[in-house]
Amino acid sequence: MATARTDGSGRSVVLVDGVRTPFMRSGTEYLRTTSYDLARTVLKGIVERTGIKSSDVGYVVMGTVIQNIRTSNVARDAALAAGIPNSVPAHTVTMACISSNQAITSALETIRSGNADAAVAGGVEVMSDTPPQFDKKVRERLFEAQSFKSPLEFRKILQGMSPSDFLPKAPTISEYSTEELMGESADRLAAAFGISREEQDRYALRTHTLAAKATESGRLAEEILPTAVPPDFELLTEDNTIRRDTNIEKLSRLSPAFVRPFGTITAGNSSPLTDGASATLLMEEEAARAAGYRPRARLRDYLYVAQDPGEELLLGPAYATPRILDRNGLTLDDIDVVEIHEAFAGQVLAVLKALESDDFASEKLQRGKRVGDIGMDRVNAWGGSVSLGHPFGATGARLVTTAAHRLEEEDGHFALVTACAAGGLGHAMLIERTGEG
Amino acid sequence: MGYLDVYKEDKIAFVYLDQPGSRVNKLTTSAVRVFEEALDELEREDAVRAGVLISAKKDSFVVGADIEEFSRLETKEELKEIIRRGHRLLGRMESLKKPVVAAIHGPAVGGGLELALACRYRLATDHPATKFAFPEVLLGLLPALGGTQRATNLIGVQKALEIIMTGKNVYPAQAKKMGLIDATIHPEGLLDAAKRAAGGLAEGTLKPRHRKPSVRDRVLEDTPLDHLVYDRAQKNAYQRTRGNYPAIPKIIECIRTGQRKGIKAGLEAEMDAFAELLFTPESRAQRHLFFIKNAAEKNPYEGQEKEVGTVGILGAGLMGSGIAQVSAARAGRRVLLKDAELKLAARGRGEVWKDLSKRVGKGINAFERDRIVERIVPVDDYAPLSQTDLVIEAVPEEVGLKREMVRQVEAVGKEDLVIASNTSAIPIREVAAEAKRPERVVGMHYFSPVPRMPLLEVVRKEDTPEWVLATCIEEGLRQGKTVITVNDGPGFYSTRILSFYMNEALLLLEEGATVDGIDKAMMDFGFPVGPLKLLDEVGIDTGVKINEVMRPLFEKRSVQTSDRGEGVVAAGYKGRKSGRGFYLYEGKNKGEVNPEVYEFLGTERRPIPARTIRDRMAMMMVGEAVRCLEEGIISSPQDGDVGAVFGLGFAPFRGGPFWYLDQMGPERAVVKLNNLRAAHGERFAPAGLLEEYATSGRRFYP
Repeated sequence: MATARTDGSGRSVVLVDGVRTPFMRSGTEYLRTTSYDLARTVLKGIVERTGIKSSDVGYVVMGTVIQNIRTSNVARDAALAAGIPNSVPAHTVTMACISSNQAITSALETIRSGNADAAVAGGVEVMSDTPPQFDKKVRERLFEAQSFKSPLEFRKILQGMSPSDFLPKAPTISEYSTEELMGESADRLAAAFGISREEQDRYALRTHTLAAKATESGRLAEEILPTAVPPDFELLTEDNTIRRDTNIEKLSRLSPAFVRPFGTITAGNSSPLTDGASATLLMEEEAARAAGYRPRARLRDYLYVAQDPGEELLLGPAYATPRILDRNGLTLDDIDVVEIHEAFAGQVLAVLKALESDDFASEKLQRGKRVGDIGMDRVNAWGGSVSLGHPFGATGARLVTTAAHRLEEEDGHFALVTACAAGGLGHAMLIERTGEG
Repeated sequence: MGYLDVYKEDKIAFVYLDQPGSRVNKLTTSAVRVFEEALDELEREDAVRAGVLISAKKDSFVVGADIEEFSRLETKEELKEIIRRGHRLLGRMESLKKPVVAAIHGPAVGGGLELALACRYRLATDHPATKFAFPEVLLGLLPALGGTQRATNLIGVQKALEIIMTGKNVYPAQAKKMGLIDATIHPEGLLDAAKRAAGGLAEGTLKPRHRKPSVRDRVLEDTPLDHLVYDRAQKNAYQRTRGNYPAIPKIIECIRTGQRKGIKAGLEAEMDAFAELLFTPESRAQRHLFFIKNAAEKNPYEGQEKEVGTVGILGAGLMGSGIAQVSAARAGRRVLLKDAELKLAARGRGEVWKDLSKRVGKGINAFERDRIVERIVPVDDYAPLSQTDLVIEAVPEEVGLKREMVRQVEAVGKEDLVIASNTSAIPIREVAAEAKRPERVVGMHYFSPVPRMPLLEVVRKEDTPEWVLATCIEEGLRQGKTVITVNDGPGFYSTRILSFYMNEALLLLEEGATVDGIDKAMMDFGFPVGPLKLLDEVGIDTGVKINEVMRPLFEKRSVQTSDRGEGVVAAGYKGRKSGRGFYLYEGKNKGEVNPEVYEFLGTERRPIPARTIRDRMAMMMVGEAVRCLEEGIISSPQDGDVGAVFGLGFAPFRGGPFWYLDQMGPERAVVKLNNLRAAHGERFAPAGLLEEYATSGRRFYP
């Protein structure tokens, strides 16, 4: 049995429960909200769902990627609005697509170090509310304009500029250091591992089918907080990202989205731009029991990895997985549930192929032989980011919550959560069922 | 293993180019034969419906024809036969029923690009190693395997003229935009995409792209108004090359013939033009330079160099920051950039940022620029130089300052620290005179602007150990320089021959020649700038300082010198940096000759024939180059030619001083020099070595 690193301090951290808003394609149901709106919704939701006295929450951490200047510490503003006492500190973290994983592990460390017995960790992203981008040159001008007094002075704004400079630039999901779009990098990754278009489309179909099934069976409903947001307060209970009507013919007809005309990544086999929020309640294990909770899972161990963003932008899970298994004395066979973030179908398949490759093991991992075969039945059985959507800041907490739910549902013992992120970052977390949930 | 490896999959023949025993693929006559057989097979086999041409080499498609091979040809007829055969091969591939896709990763240049152009579809990786170019013009030639024809048909007359006449690189995104290639893909997906493209073409589901020229381009290229385009190209090229490069008008002619009379006539014209150009002295000289430059990009002492991690640079002025730039950007070194005050060092680092910013979007991005600049650490103290493995000084040209610098650096430096002086003229033994370890003091002479001038002169003394030399050469090569090694002496090699040349220019001025008359004569000779304009750029004061260093040599040889430069400097005319020198750099007559300069000369202007100017100037420089060889300052004519062309801009189509002398014949050179000597003085006396060559009939390049 593994030596539990989490227990090294004598304090172990458990997941009491987790919730999320339904995930919605950007520009749809949450178009008129801000990240603060969804964050307070989900913070209030986790407090209500678990029944914890809000004054017992010792700390709040939320992950987010695209920040709103007015609520740049969105965790704090949302916590205050959600009725968490103003004496409870809150901070916001950002780590690209693993921001809420970072929120969870920050909360975990806060608890482990004894600074809190209970903490709420989650994340939020409203891609519908991305602030318009202007060139630095325009931003400088607008800053100078703050000191202008007479209308005549405002003419200076335009001096030496063309009107088109003032058009907001569409934000792109590109890597700062390499300027490569994430989709291009993923297309390259899929090609490097020989993942065909057809395999990717089949994977996409699988994830949509599984998500639809998990929705219909009510499994996802357990994690989803029925949500009604201003101004219409219409009740939303399901994700609108799942394509129930798709099939392999439809998927195969789509044009490549990033590398034209011979790329393999399409809108159909990628995660969509999504709005949503998620939150978890983490507690020190003894404290949780003393408060009468039956925690769903124990967060045994976690780690972060980083690679060259040019060469291996989205391959983090292939590095993080063997490391977390090895140091806990486990192999892939010991893992019952795998929740891996699906930025792109091709990226997930490339990671799985890397884990199955002896060459990758010897060249990149300095191991004698391959990490192993995960077996598709263990992977994302209730859908993933391609089908459920991917609000950057909120996906991590969804993965952890779903992993815990699946451990119970599938009667497993260990779950592995792993995700890639822009910047060549990666994360893995080992979750153990407490058997009481 | 043959040149081509063919394997078939899904009814597609993958033809791998893999020239045996070579890192890259070149087109050779034997390759043409193998290609012909491969085409026969492709045509014959019913089970194959399309072909893919792809390279088996790492990061390289086809780098062009084998220059050495065709340089050995002796007659036009032999050459034409080979070209004809190439034309037939490519024409056959182009019109083959079964489509052939070029799957390009790495450079596809010269003949390699022509090969790709004859394919039905061109697919290239979007990798930085992939580039397209017609570098033939740089060798005094033109693309003769259909390049002037097929490229023009794809990208239009104006673009084709531009890339074929300059030889410049075209990168995949631009190539796709201009229509040179059909599609791009990442290297990881090249093979699969090529397979899909070949299948699609065979089935008719994929069509090659066709450029849609703008109305303006159609008018300018497809109507009788096209003469505007050709005339402009001719005029611009003439201004640049002054008619010295016969390949240029030939390129225009071939393109025009093809456009007006069709591809068949165009190919004929191409073949005739190539056959003629190959045997011109200009092309011979340019190919000679190509070979000797390549040789100067290797370290003759390879393996003896010491590892260099951190480089110290003293002086953050124009030279210092330029050296810091190539050290950080090209060699990837951590650089300590020292100046007397931190703010000067910080400004020097800022200059690197500014220069690299101009290149953002052209090969590097803003992030890479920032990473490079972060490798440069400004300092104002000698103490941190204890971390360095090599120090290059670029402090002002005062021997006292330089000796003090050596003393300070040795006081803190490592035991095996190499100290290099970037002096342009002061003998290194003078700089090292008070050093504790003089054998580790050498010269690394850069040319301004450092990031753009290719030459580095490494200066050795009698006591320089080979590992020190190896270290400096290696560092220069890593900085992207073409390196020659020269022996110590006033002005080393390049500054020495330049100062004799400049002195002659000033003497001519004293005798009544005009500033622009001299400059024009030497530009017609083939220099990119005239001597007096160059002096303005370098700084007339700097020129005067160099002359002081050179004085003992001038005196020893009783060379008549001009002292007028000093007067000009004393009056505040230092060249571009002071706004005026021989030319005006400010005010309404900017760009014109500064008339006040003539006042200092005290003589009337009188007409001196351009031919006289040219002979005096050129013979002075090449004559001094021979003396440098005779005295052992340079160890070979090759170094002398590389140094003069890549450091001073000596006419490339003349191949450098020694190649030039060989073409003229040492006998004739001696006669010329003796005539000049009789008319203008002892300074033109031919070197003993040259006289010896003249009497024995020897050549510098046997």
